Parts: sequence; structure tokens; C-alpha cells
Amino acid sequence: MPSETLEATGDVRELSYAEAVREALGQAMEADERVFLFGEDVGVYGGAFGVSGDLVHRFGKERVIDTPISELGIAGAAVGAAITGMRPVLEIQFSDFVTLAMEQLVNQAAKIRFMFGGKASVPMVVRLPGGSGTGAAAQHSQSLEAWFAHVPGLKVLQPSTPHDAKGMLLAAIDDPNPVLIFEHKLLYKTKGHVPAEAYRVPIGQAAIRREGRDITIVGSSIMARKAEAAAERLAGDGISAEVIDLRSIRPIDFTTIAESVRKTHRLLVVYEGVKTMGIGAEISAMIAESEVFDFLDAPIIRLGGADSPIPYNPVLEKAAVPQEDDIVTAAANLVRRGEA
Amino acid sequence: MSARKTDDTSGAQRPNQRPELAALDDETIAGALTRMHLIRKFEEAAEASYMRGLIHGTMHLSIGQEASAVGATLPLEAHDYILSTHRGHGHCIARGAEPKLMFAEFFGKETGYCKGRGGSMHIADVEGGNLGANGIVGGGLPIAVGVGMSIKAQKNGRVCMVFFGDGASNEGAFHEALNMASIWKLPVVFVCENNKYGMSMDISRAMAVANVADRAAAYAMPGHSVDGNDLAGVAAVAREAVARARSGEGPSLIECKTYRWRGHSKSDRNLYRSKEEIEEWRLQDPIRRLEDELKAHDRFDAPSLMKLEEDAQREIDTAVEFARTCPDPDPKDLTRDVYAI
Repeated sequence: MPSETLEATGDVRELSYAEAVREALGQAMEADERVFLFGEDVGVYGGAFGVSGDLVHRFGKERVIDTPISELGIAGAAVGAAITGMRPVLEIQFSDFVTLAMEQLVNQAAKIRFMFGGKASVPMVVRLPGGSGTGAAAQHSQSLEAWFAHVPGLKVLQPSTPHDAKGMLLAAIDDPNPVLIFEHKLLYKTKGHVPAEAYRVPIGQAAIRREGRDITIVGSSIMARKAEAAAERLAGDGISAEVIDLRSIRPIDFTTIAESVRKTHRLLVVYEGVKTMGIGAEISAMIAESEVFDFLDAPIIRLGGADSPIPYNPVLEKAAVPQEDDIVTAAANLVRRGEA
Repeated sequence: MSARKTDDTSGAQRPNQRPELAALDDETIAGALTRMHLIRKFEEAAEASYMRGLIHGTMHLSIGQEASAVGATLPLEAHDYILSTHRGHGHCIARGAEPKLMFAEFFGKETGYCKGRGGSMHIADVEGGNLGANGIVGGGLPIAVGVGMSIKAQKNGRVCMVFFGDGASNEGAFHEALNMASIWKLPVVFVCENNKYGMSMDISRAMAVANVADRAAAYAMPGHSVDGNDLAGVAAVAREAVARARSGEGPSLIECKTYRWRGHSKSDRNLYRSKEEIEEWRLQDPIRRLEDELKAHDRFDAPSLMKLEEDAQREIDTAVEFARTCPDPDPKDLTRDVYAI
């Protein structure tokens, strides 16, 4: 099973997701002078979500750099630094603001290596706090990861646990390509076991969070956590659900999904991004095009974000993205009735 | 060459010449003229190749703008960086790119600078300090900021020169980049080639200030507006800006006022400008102007100037022939360089 293969042997503590990200940043900067962190309010403010915290005091203003509010400019600066020997880690304060930086990420970062015939690499990391649930409304709550997963040349990660947040960030900083990490804002305060050493979680490997027989539930980011909670409830109802945490959506670990579906014969894909044209469509199509299609006993079902901007009102906000109850209901119906 | 050799670089022995020209010794002038000829001949050969059906894509020719590309890069050292534009052939040659590898790229060949993956708009030679032409107007400007950050962090004393056009100065990227370079005193030289048109849009209709260089004031950096068809004049302001950048004082903005003789690209029918205007600017040919001035001061005679031009023509002819015979990429390698491993 390709999940927590790198469970460390050393000291393991409980850390929050945000602390785990900060620990990774600190360890990367300690180990490699080329690594630096920059973005809006990452210095003494400590980051809009407190992720960079005290790093400016440990590493100084030269390596933890507050930038003007210039998302396009700072994304381009990451590209320029990366192609000339540095290892920049850029924080886009809210992932929504990446809309202002699309040119540099999509036209430049993703394509420079290819356009230059493989004679350059762009080893940069962009961290993007995203997702709904904070009452921040339509321009501060989106899940835009699928946009970037559509771009060859980029890697797109969505770690769901503190363990993976740290290990995948360290792997991303090592990676010679531009890597975007979408961190769900509601996960920042969640806690989990995190080894103290600097370990890596390989990019492109999904994790099987729970083994099961009756249905495969694939989730990304916070939806993997919700799927785990739903699976626990389903078990009480006599349904054995296997939960796969995607962790990386480009590259995507199709093998792990396919092997699971071959065993369970049913697939439910859950993601917070807008359902239409989203990552669930890609996973569904990959199954439909593969020989695993013949193993399906029921249609593939997607649970995704509504065809709506994220609303402000808390009741509407919850209604706009899949909730644990929705996963339980959809999975139970799929197993019992063969439909959602 | 029959030019008089002098060892000084101060121009003290050339008292009758304007200081910008006197500052350039004969070897430097000959090198600069050679590159200007190479650019002109490269562009002419590119155009001819297109007419003969040898070019698959589009191209943006810089005939008429040779002095800004060559003059601006003249003070750069071998380890310095440049970033270029969609109209970037001249910058590559000015920076020392080999025309044969550029033509190979232009013809889409595996032997080209980018193995045929980039084409005219993406010629780069990263190891040689050319961080790439760019198909996006203003695309190189924010990248230059990051290059400046690298130079500062690595304390390697380099300078990054980024070229862009008048059109790019209306992009947000321009303003964000100049601001960041200035607040952090980065070793960046911003070189605007103002050729009067953003595709068809006259700069006077696209911009409320008279000069792109006026915009430097908003970012508290020096702004120089120069005759972009005067090699010596461009080189003089570039020398000042490069020295400022290298000494840690921060960025400068140079505006080279110039003109492209050809259309924006192959689709341009010149509906937005008159034949008379084009003809007026042809009389300001940066190559002929420099040659005339050199002859007037008796620094180079006509035969030696002719030889520089002929040598350049020969190099370009050889480059085209080399490129034509190079192999195309193999489709099986299509996705080879999407990711670094």
C-alpha cells in the first residue's frame, strides 16, 4: 500500500497543519541557503493565517521577505529567482488572488523548461491557502486547483494532514519543477502526528486512508478528511468503504485508484472545487477509459462544489460544497441502490 | 582593418568627437557594428526564408532597432543576464548568440537553441546569460525582479537587463516590476524600446505621458529618454545605468526611441501609419548613421566598413544553410522536456 511509506522513526509530536508547514519551511531554509520565503505579510505579521509565524525572526528579512501587493509581480519574481539558482517559496495570501498571477504561473513558470528545450528548470513552490468555510465569501473561498492541474509543466498538491503538509512541502522544495500547494484554510488548525526530522512524502502517490470492500471514496484535501469521517459512519451501517486521499492531483496516482475500484466495484469522487469540469470528471473518465470500467457494478458518482460562487450566508456556504452527510448518503445509496 | 588603433577608453584622444562616440574604442565600435549588421542580415534572411516557405510560424522583425539592442548590451559583462521580448532576435545576437543556432531554432530544428520547441519568440541561452525572449508583452519584467533578487542573495555582482516595448509599459507587470526593483534596490536595468506602436496603437493614444521614461519618477529611479537609433548615445546611458545597478544603487529605466521598419508581424498591412513616416525613419537608419559618423571622423574608411558588412552577410548565409540541413525533432520526444526529473 503506497500510503505512509515514510513514517519516520524519530521523535513524533502532535502539530497543527500550520505548524507543520512552518516547520518544513524552517528546516528547508536551515538546510539550503537558496531557499527563501516571500509573499504579502509573511514577515512580522506572520502570514495572514499565521503560517510563517516567527520565521522572519529566525532567518531575517533577507530570507523572509514581505512584498508589495503585486501578485503578478511576485509570481514572476519567483520564476526569475528559480531560473537563476534560488529555491523560492511564494505564499499567495488567499488562493483566489492567484487569478492576478496567472500569466506568470501558466505562461512562464509552466512552460519555460519546455520552450527552452529542456535547458532550464524552474524549481519554485507556491503555497495557496484556499477553500470555503470561513465566511469570507466568493472572492476568498475558492478551490481553483483544477485550473492548474490542466497545465502541463506544473505540479499540483493538496495535502490533507499535518504529516503530509510537512513532507510534501519538503518534497516540493526539492523538486526541480514549479509546484503549487493548495492548503485548505480549515485544515490549518487540525492536529496530527508529525515527525520532527525533515522527511519527504513523494509527489504523485495517493494514500489509502482506510481499507474497505464495498466502495472506493476518492477525496482531495479537506474532502479526504470528510470521507474518512463518513467511512467511519458507513462502517456502523455495515458498509465497508475504502478511502483514498489523492494528495497530488498533478501528477495523479491513477494506479492506486484503479486497483481500489477493481476490488470494490464502486467509485465515489469527492472534491470541493466546482463539480463541472473538475478533477472528478478526469478521474471518472480515466476509469471509464480503462479496463477497470468492466469491474464497475454501479455508475461513478461525483460530489463536487455547486455551480455557484461561494456564498456568504453560512447555511448557503455549507450547501455549496459537499458535507460529510452528503458523502454518507451518496455512498450508502450507491452501495444499496446502485445510484446516488 | 585600416582603422586607427587606440588603447584608451576615455576618448581623451578623440577630442573632436562627441563624448558618447569618443568613449568607444575602435575594437568596441567594430564589434558593435558587426552585431548590428548581423541583426539586420538575420532579419532580412528570416524574412526571405518566410517568403520561400521555410518558416512555419510568425516572426517579429527588429530592422531599424539595431542600435538599441547593441548599444544597451554593450556595457554588459559576460556573466550578466538579459531578458528579451517577442521582437527579440536582435537582443539575442547583441548578447552574442550564434546565428546558426538561432536559425536552427527558427526553422524548428532539434539543433536549435531550444531544440525547435520554442521558435522565434522563445529563443534562450540560459547558460550564456540570455534568460529568454518572451511571447507575452511585459512577461519578462517581473522575471527580472526575481533575477535581481538572485543576484543580490548570491552577491555575485551581476546585472540583469530586461528589454520590453512601449506597449509593455502599459501592463501592470511593468509597474509592479519597477516598484519592486526600486524598493529593494535590485541590480536591474529596464530598457524600453519605444518603437512608437503597440502593434497598431500609437503610443500617443495609449499613454498619457509624453515619454515612457517619465514613468521612472513614480518609482524613484533615474529615467533616461534617448535617441534609440544612436548607438553611442544608447551605450552611454546604458553604461551609467549598468554601473548604478552593479554598485548596488538600484535600477534605472532607459527609453530608446526607435522605429521598426517592418510591420508588427507578418499579418501587418501598415494601415495605421503612412509610407512617408516609414520613409522618414528609414533615413534615420542606425547603421548608416554610425558609419557616416565614423567616416566623418576618419576612424574607419569605407572599405573596412564594407568588410564588416560583408563578413556579417557571409555568417548569416552560412547560418541559414546550416539550419536548413539540420534534423527535425522526433515526435516521440514530444513530452520529454515538460518536466525536469
